[in-house]
Amino acid sequence: MNNELIPMQPTYYEEVQRKGYSRRDFVKFVSLMTAFIGLEQSAIGQVTKALETKPRMPVIWLHFQECTCCSESFIRSSHPIVADILLDKISLDYSETLMAASGTQAEAALKNTMTKYKGQYILCIEGSVPVGADGVYCMIGGKTSLQILNEVSEGAAAIIAWGSCASNGCVQSAKPNPTGATPIHKLITNKPIIKVPGCPPIGEVMAGVIVHYLTFGKIPELDRIGRPKAFYNKRVHDTCYRRPFYDAGLFVESFDDENAKKGYCLYKMGCKGPTTYNACGVTKWNGGTSFPIQAGHPCIGCSEENYWDNGRLYDRGSSFAGFGIEADADKLGEVALGVTVAAVAVHAVATNFGKSKTIHEHQVEGNESEHELES
Amino acid sequence: MANKYLHIPRLRRVYVWEMPVRFYHWLNALVIVVLIITGFYISNPLGLLSHFDASHQYTMGWFRFLHFIAAYLFFFNFIFRLYWGFVGNKFANWKQFIPTSGRFFREMWTVFKIDILMLKKNGKEQDHLSIGHNAMAGFIYFLTFIAFLVQCLTGFGLYAGMSSWWLPKLFAWVPAILGGDILTRQIHHWSMWFFILFAVIHVYLVFYHDYVEGRGEMSSMGGGFKFIEEEMFEKNAHQTPNPEKTAK
Repeated sequence: MNNELIPMQPTYYEEVQRKGYSRRDFVKFVSLMTAFIGLEQSAIGQVTKALETKPRMPVIWLHFQECTCCSESFIRSSHPIVADILLDKISLDYSETLMAASGTQAEAALKNTMTKYKGQYILCIEGSVPVGADGVYCMIGGKTSLQILNEVSEGAAAIIAWGSCASNGCVQSAKPNPTGATPIHKLITNKPIIKVPGCPPIGEVMAGVIVHYLTFGKIPELDRIGRPKAFYNKRVHDTCYRRPFYDAGLFVESFDDENAKKGYCLYKMGCKGPTTYNACGVTKWNGGTSFPIQAGHPCIGCSEENYWDNGRLYDRGSSFAGFGIEADADKLGEVALGVTVAAVAVHAVATNFGKSKTIHEHQVEGNESEHELES
Repeated sequence: MANKYLHIPRLRRVYVWEMPVRFYHWLNALVIVVLIITGFYISNPLGLLSHFDASHQYTMGWFRFLHFIAAYLFFFNFIFRLYWGFVGNKFANWKQFIPTSGRFFREMWTVFKIDILMLKKNGKEQDHLSIGHNAMAGFIYFLTFIAFLVQCLTGFGLYAGMSSWWLPKLFAWVPAILGGDILTRQIHHWSMWFFILFAVIHVYLVFYHDYVEGRGEMSSMGGGFKFIEEEMFEKNAHQTPNPEKTAK
């Protein structure tokens, strides 16, 4: 990001002061963010300096097929400065949900930001893009989502795909996907895309991604799927406080049993923690208050691609289309095993008829040799 | 004396399964059994009610540990067998498994007619063709190798995330391509059933061949020898899909 080109904008620190926060609040916020994005303590100074000196970053926040839970999660980040500065003062030049302007004014604001900060603004996208039926399922200001996406992404420095919708399609792309809901990375290939999956993603994670970009002027280190490693490199299972119960083999068998009261592992209740990469176990939710497993509910794997279609929410197996709702791999396997054993049994019986002559000959030979030994 | 038993064929002792092949076979059998048992436990652990605290037991931990140990043995054993497919004897050669000629498919069809349909030829029960694997068996083993590969890829793919060693980390791309651990885990679980079904049929067919042919099929994986009728040996030595010979 080339900040010199951006016309005079107040820095984040100036905005913080204007909002009435003390220096102490600001440093606390910086420390928190530095920890969240997985930097060393020594980086606190770096982050502070960035927020003190860098002008606020223009952001366009587009909403397509979504439920706004990402925005909701974001503005409820634990530290008030997250909402106040990163969202409020981040220079949200355009966000359907939060901007004051509407109609023509809003469109003008969008256009203005796109031309004024061409090549510099961050494009945040919440929601998937419907491509079915020429995109009529989601239109804003007379344009389809795809048209808007293509226009706005053209001048973006980077794209942040908020939530599972933008990252992997989420619920609306579940089979049979009537609207042709498509995640951003399948539509835009010429821009760096940061996927921040989750339904919604954790507010602090969202803030952390933005702060990282602000501080270093480049996207954070991503994993193979395009998610920031700082938040998505560990399974929920590997950071879960109930993990010792899993290792010990102590499991909740039903939601109201004694084991549930004792807080045993929810693995057998269909917990997707072992197959889900997210920071829930570490960062937790609502300012570190809790997360689903802590509340006694198994993880449903909301930040994983296709979690909606890959099996049931309360079962770790997966049903098979055409074999009934209850037919999982093991049921099918048992049936296949039964069929195999039956086939083998039939074959064994058939052998004694079909090969009777050969078997008989061998027996005669064997018997003759045996008698020869006796005589 | 000797004339009296002329109708009883003389048998030739053939060294079919070399020591490394037998070692591979039994180690493979052992680790697959361990992998299936521990795998079932890991996927759906028993309802174990214990009055001990979690700190006093490590049940799932041990099952997983066994599963991973067995998985490593399985993997290296598999790699070794692939290597032996190039340096072992002709019965262990890779060409026994991968169809490279029309001959292979024709023999598969013949085996199907003899062993499955039990068709007679000129009113006579047909003799068996092969000394090592028959073409059908070879091809099924080829499929098992594919299944081995699937299990290694998905298994180490799932394991990569929690390993600090470079070897499992080499497989980290697998869940990324499949779209996450959920599906990877499910493929790993589904594929296991192939091994169970294979084992049933495999063990049955060993009994079957031993029973019908009387050539020491079952003991061959112990001592390595099969006993082939002299007449058949002469006639069929060249019929075994032998890469070196059929090439000429």
